[in-house]
Amino acid sequence: MSSSAAPVAAGAGEAPPAVVLSGITKRFPGVVANSDVHLTVRHAEVHALCGENGAGKSTLMKILYGMQHPDEGTIEVNGAPVRFRSPTDAIRAGIGMVHQHFMLADNLTVLENVVLGAERLHGIGARARRRLVELAERTGMRVEPDALVERLGVADRQRVEILKVLYRGARIIILDEPTAVLVPQEVDELFDTLRGMREQGYTFLFISHKLDEVRAIADSVTVIRRGTTVGTADPKSVSSRQLAEMMVGSALPSPETRESTVTDQVVLRVEGLSLLAEDGSGRAVLDGIDLVVRSGEVLGIAGVEGNGQTELVETVMGMRHASSGRVWLTGRDGTTRELTNLTTLHRREAGIGYVPEDRHRHGLLLTQPLWLNRVLGHQTRPPVSRGQWLDLAGAKQDTRRIVEEFDVRTPGIDVAAAALSGGNQQKLVVGRELSADPALLIASHPTRGVDVGAQALIWDQIRAARAGGLAVLLISADLDELIGLSDTIKVMFRGRLVADADPASVTPEELGSAMTGATTDVPTGAHGGSTSDGPGTGSSTADSEVADSEGGERG
Amino acid sequence: MNVVRGKLLPPVLAIVFAALLCSIALLVSGGNPASALTAMVAQVGEGTTAVDIVNSASVYYLAGLAVAIGFQMNLFNIGVEGQYRVGAVVAAIVGGAISLPAGLHAAVIIVVAALAGAAYAAIPAILKVTRGVNEVIATIMLNAIAAGVVAFLISQDAFGVLRGNNIGTAEIAETGWVPGISFGSNGTVFGLVLLAAAVGVGYWVMMNRSRFGFELRASGESATAASAGGVNAKRMVLVAMLLSGAMAGLVTMPELLGRDHTYLITSPTGYGFTGIAVALLGRNHPGGVALGALLWAFLDKSALALDNVGVPKEIVTIMQGTIVLSVVVAYEIVRRLELAAEQRRVGRQNSGNGGAPGQPAGASAGGV
Repeated sequence: MSSSAAPVAAGAGEAPPAVVLSGITKRFPGVVANSDVHLTVRHAEVHALCGENGAGKSTLMKILYGMQHPDEGTIEVNGAPVRFRSPTDAIRAGIGMVHQHFMLADNLTVLENVVLGAERLHGIGARARRRLVELAERTGMRVEPDALVERLGVADRQRVEILKVLYRGARIIILDEPTAVLVPQEVDELFDTLRGMREQGYTFLFISHKLDEVRAIADSVTVIRRGTTVGTADPKSVSSRQLAEMMVGSALPSPETRESTVTDQVVLRVEGLSLLAEDGSGRAVLDGIDLVVRSGEVLGIAGVEGNGQTELVETVMGMRHASSGRVWLTGRDGTTRELTNLTTLHRREAGIGYVPEDRHRHGLLLTQPLWLNRVLGHQTRPPVSRGQWLDLAGAKQDTRRIVEEFDVRTPGIDVAAAALSGGNQQKLVVGRELSADPALLIASHPTRGVDVGAQALIWDQIRAARAGGLAVLLISADLDELIGLSDTIKVMFRGRLVADADPASVTPEELGSAMTGATTDVPTGAHGGSTSDGPGTGSSTADSEVADSEGGERG
Repeated sequence: MNVVRGKLLPPVLAIVFAALLCSIALLVSGGNPASALTAMVAQVGEGTTAVDIVNSASVYYLAGLAVAIGFQMNLFNIGVEGQYRVGAVVAAIVGGAISLPAGLHAAVIIVVAALAGAAYAAIPAILKVTRGVNEVIATIMLNAIAAGVVAFLISQDAFGVLRGNNIGTAEIAETGWVPGISFGSNGTVFGLVLLAAAVGVGYWVMMNRSRFGFELRASGESATAASAGGVNAKRMVLVAMLLSGAMAGLVTMPELLGRDHTYLITSPTGYGFTGIAVALLGRNHPGGVALGALLWAFLDKSALALDNVGVPKEIVTIMQGTIVLSVVVAYEIVRRLELAAEQRRVGRQNSGNGGAPGQPAGASAGGV
């Protein structure tokens, strides 16, 4: 894919670009994390890198920071080609990275944290202190060098992190989702700091998927999707809507003339489901969700990540406990049971299959053989168990069937799950979850991070099961997948279902605007306030009260 | 073949490495490693040493299994030490106080020991499940408390009886004894060595064949995956700790019912910590733990011979320490190598019919 170079602003031509990545490709076993990535960051600009989780942003930044080595492609810093073996090399070249999760020693002071590991630069005494104070003054980041880090708030800790990389001589700074942990006022302060530092010639690479913030701070924005850069745009002239389309893919799949298999048999009914945030703030992560999935229907939930989709799935699965609301499921035998107070195991037994968002964390026992992974989640049901005892022969037999039917590429069923590639692991998980003839399949990002072939196979299998009467609750960040598979689409925004869409007729623009909420066309201002409802967007309901919710839930 | 490489190679390497280190220590201090080793091996044939090794090993084995069951789900039950002592003293007191027909008497004592151990393990288990208290901290503290509790229970103010200049619980009547298997002048093997073996078999069956064992292992491997798979994490913690405590309660049963018939203020301590080492050596596998227990007992008992060849027997402690350290390192190294090899193997097979990883599936999977 060819990528457009950054639009060169008038007068910016004297200095060579701060960073040029060209043709970067990085493969992990079975998955291409980055493929032919091109990125040009001009000197002294704030360059935003946008993309959904799993799009390959973090791999790319790890490559730039020397933590991963590209299989192909070149990196240039300030016009000179470089090859980083480790972050030390990157730091030497003037690149610093502020991680999303702070890496500070709580029981040390600010000065000690900044100096830690960089004692050679200015010692650990008065010289180091002078340097730190000077940096803090020049950048306008007020810090108390002798304050203990454990006493500092989140915003101050972030300043310490930024000072840490400045102290090591960074002129190009990667900020990995820096606003995720900040409240709006702090975001404004951070942006003021960044603007001031930009004047002084610092260059920033700003990773985010919050489009309003990107538009508020960035001079240019590059969108990355499925591991490759889809283009660079000027945030002043592009709308949030257009950015969202670039992020999730606007190309509609060729309209499939398929027969609807939707019946009027309700399988999953959710009424008034609410969930409060775990931090005790009383903030609703899920707010009065009502939905119905019928036999033979795929209900797709669209939404920018972090708007409650994960929580919805985990609450329906019983992994989180709803603060209010009820859930019913009608099994294959036609009996309807209320799930509200049942455990995850009982919900599974009632007929739910679950393809989790993160197969490594929630789907697999990585060091165990494939056939033992077949047992997980089905340990109470044949063919893998009989009463309190496992049926090893049955489990192995059925694993062989899955390997066969789902084309899992493996030398045998005794290899550890970790040895398979991502796509093959996912095929195993999908095969397992479909194997007990569930009434409902909850599929969270079922093809994230898998190769094209596995993706096609998983889609085919889900379609086939749907034709057999399976109800599917599909969560996906990929519009192609969502529109291609779903019979109905609902849009989730800040914990609520805010819009319905018909996949046969919806345009990506409509979906995109609903997904980004009402704050699409805010020209400045770092956060979505209630004052800035965009014209003509359909979801102005929920923004003001939960404006900081995405930040809070990570904190 | 792979199994041999993955499971047997690491401990063998570790033992060789530890022996090497000890030889160096011996050479530095002017001893002769060869003669020390010969003396230790020869000692096995002397007097009651062989039987002593088996008897000690049965005790270490039970302690090792008690620790291993916690390890299976990443629970570090350091409290086996306290649990076995509480179990032993309670069982000895009850056993000395009741009179029942032969056989039944011993069975009751064994059950009481298991229950007492489980009850003492219930404290950290409940603290962890309800309050999130780390079981390592809780069990370390409870070990210290157990020492006090045991001393109190054995004192004359409570259930202690003064015999000569030693204090212990009242002696258990002969109906509560478990007869041993006599080898004449070579000593008598505790009858309850068979109990240890049975517990080992039961442990293997539970871990590998039962739903509970699967859930236990799944929780240990990945708490998040287990919970998504419907495993109730809190229940697993509770049950695993209770089982671990119950096994810990059994630790001294071979000695108590086979030889001592009373729990003395001077009864040996430290079996719980030996259990940790043995569980690490055996990698929580019942067979491995048995070998580890035998090795440990061999080192303990054969060390007596070292004095005869002028080598301080403390060298054995060094050896035990280095074995545990090296075995942990060796297992980890072999595990990583194996995983890498397996990934290469899978990758090789798949590239055979599809080209480079990442693009291969398209062509062939499209037809499915």
